[in-house]
Amino acid sequence: MGAPYVVEFEIAKDDFLAAGEGSGSVKDTLKMLGIPSAVIRRAAIITYEAEMNLVIHGGGGVLKILISPEKVEIVARDDGPGIPDVELAMREGFSTAPDRIREMGFGAGMGLPNIKRNADSLEIESAVGVGTTLTASIDLSGEGGPA
Amino acid sequence: MKVQKLAELLGAKVLCGAEKLETAEVDYVYAADLMSDVLAFALPGTLLLTGLTNIQIIRTAQMLDLPAILFVRGKHPQEETVRLASQVGLPLLISDKSMYETSGIIFQAGVAPCPIPERGE
Repeated sequence: MGAPYVVEFEIAKDDFLAAGEGSGSVKDTLKMLGIPSAVIRRAAIITYEAEMNLVIHGGGGVLKILISPEKVEIVARDDGPGIPDVELAMREGFSTAPDRIREMGFGAGMGLPNIKRNADSLEIESAVGVGTTLTASIDLSGEGGPA
Repeated sequence: MKVQKLAELLGAKVLCGAEKLETAEVDYVYAADLMSDVLAFALPGTLLLTGLTNIQIIRTAQMLDLPAILFVRGKHPQEETVRLASQVGLPLLISDKSMYETSGIIFQAGVAPCPIPERGE
């Protein structure tokens, strides 16, 4: 078991034109590495929702994907405002996104639930005024079907 | 059903990706203006019907391997949206019918909705 293959992207604040580019590259990388398509799909959804969160809420941040034979791990880290109540933020429909984000089809309080739905494990560490780190992983040992 | 046949059925205009219409296959349809809903429920092979026109619609389709996007009630997607779709070879169509009317026509033609896992599908 060697060191995981790592890809990392800087995600800019409020850049809606570029948002999703990082996730697109991650998807291409996973495909290139021969990861099963069901896993790629789940990883793409997690990465994209996490990337949108960095753009919308985190004030930008870093998106990092670690790929090993055992798992695909997606880490989204920002130095943004933090999440005061993570449990509340996980609730479907709860959102603090502004209207301009909702008008684009996001910010309806589905992002974190979507990430959870597609991950085998999810950890969110957040401190108000310090930032948030989200770590989601998908096991590669099983079939790679829906979580 | 092929995207070409759906386009004919709806009298939809093709904005880009015309070369893929004969091969791109539609197994399901999902109609929404909420991309997180699309990300939650659209399976590969799903045609997306939407009234939103921004670039994130294309990114969403890319993440999910959707075969095509159809914009309803004559809404024209933004320039950067069409540009990205052309780059990645994703067919974009425009229907002058409303979301409901468009959905109804496709439903009657026998295309299935996406299964909703929460209700045991």
